[in-house]
Amino acid sequence: MSAFLSYLISGLAIGCTFALVASGFVAIHRVTRVVNFAQGTFPVVAGLTVSSMLGRGLPHGVAELIGIVLAGVIGLVVGVIAIGKRGTPTLASLVITLGLGILAYAFEIIVWGDQPVSYSMLRGAVDIGGARVAWQYFLVIGATLVTFAALGLFFTRTYLGKALSACASNPYAARLAGINPIRMGLLAFALGGLLGGLAGVLITPLQPVAFDSDVLLATSGFAAAIFGGLNSPYAALVGGLLLGVLEAFVAGYINASYQTEVAMVLIIVVMIYQASRRSTVSEEVS
Amino acid sequence: MLEVTDLVVRYGNATALDGVSLQVGEGEMVALVGPNGAGKSTLVNTLSGILRPVSGSIEVDGRLAQVPEGRQLFPDLSVADNLRLGAWRSRRRAGARDPRRIYEILPDLERMAKQPAGTLSGGQQQMVAVGRALMADPDILAVDELSLGLAPLVVADLVRHLRELNASRGTAVLLIEQNARLAFDLCERAYVLESGTITMSGSSAELSRSDAVARAYLGGLTDSEAS
Repeated sequence: MSAFLSYLISGLAIGCTFALVASGFVAIHRVTRVVNFAQGTFPVVAGLTVSSMLGRGLPHGVAELIGIVLAGVIGLVVGVIAIGKRGTPTLASLVITLGLGILAYAFEIIVWGDQPVSYSMLRGAVDIGGARVAWQYFLVIGATLVTFAALGLFFTRTYLGKALSACASNPYAARLAGINPIRMGLLAFALGGLLGGLAGVLITPLQPVAFDSDVLLATSGFAAAIFGGLNSPYAALVGGLLLGVLEAFVAGYINASYQTEVAMVLIIVVMIYQASRRSTVSEEVS
Repeated sequence: MLEVTDLVVRYGNATALDGVSLQVGEGEMVALVGPNGAGKSTLVNTLSGILRPVSGSIEVDGRLAQVPEGRQLFPDLSVADNLRLGAWRSRRRAGARDPRRIYEILPDLERMAKQPAGTLSGGQQQMVAVGRALMADPDILAVDELSLGLAPLVVADLVRHLRELNASRGTAVLLIEQNARLAFDLCERAYVLESGTITMSGSSAELSRSDAVARAYLGGLTDSEAS
């Protein structure tokens, strides 16, 4: 029972970070139709940055903030390169993000080396049903829920958020209204960077991060994001939590080395299911 | 108000508009009729800045807003949000985003304010599209295919609103229509666009008496014969 509970809670927490990465995929895809292959870079850079900042004696809070903002700036830069030129085909943008994600390895190794880093944020643990659960897990879950609530308010209550939704919903009509789709796309990339950065800042104390952690994070985030067809942040949250818990149980009860395979299998199952639900009629219409 | 001179627009090697010139005066209602593929939507998208002309000029004295063909709403956003986004260009001006000023002109929209635009009927959606364009406080409204796919009664209601708008605010209208009878009925002047060039122009009365126009657009009968 106590093992079950601790797997569940740690799974939920890790799932939350997947959901944050996933919501970055969703924000960018909704507005630009680009699947951002560099999405895994944002949490890695944020985690590595926070680790260095703490090493230089910066206090908690400030270090994390710098890590998240830097990830947001990198998101913006990726956006400028991938979609900044008007008329860039979506597929070209996608390949550019893939290239930038790989290029980032070089920078990361030069700046931080190739060894995994970690740091502690919240110390201490709490006893739940006989299981010792670190406070950090609850911090991750709480921060994620607050972020998703804020995202929901941003997209449905603010004028800028509605303009982003309008670009996602009908880019032609948005242009007629004078909404610049490239600017909105860049905003989405910056937002994707911030969300990925937050995920990295939160997950690094739980799972050490190295330059090549982006593959696992991006794969898991993508698996969570396709739950809502890359278009619904809430479906991505559900997908992330499900994936996190599933991975934790597989790791706990079967073998920790199967974690990545769980995400891969999930991606394949969801995609086959979604493809089978698309009727011939809707294919012909679209 | 609107002065288009020798406009040429190409898609790759295909010439969609080949030297189009037309004018819309202040507070005037002008029709542009023509068959499918004549370049009507190309023209209006060029006026809106979505397409770039190869040559020629467009001079607009004031603001131009487009009611696009097929409504082109944001289906998952509410009617009120669709309207608000119509004011994007003037969003920083006080009160610019308030959809209530549109409810005074199109009162039916107030009732549907909270409904997702995608759930409305075609006529209601067309009204939202008109309202959204009006949120930009246009001096000239380019309406692309107002009547397409709508029932005659619904079209009559929309036409009444356009007339009122023109009379009370002096908003000029460029009406792009396949339904020539409707266009001639609403507008004093008209242009006929065929294969990317203006082939005829004049007062609606003159044009509707012309045999060529009658054959092509009025089902073979000139207006005097029809009545």
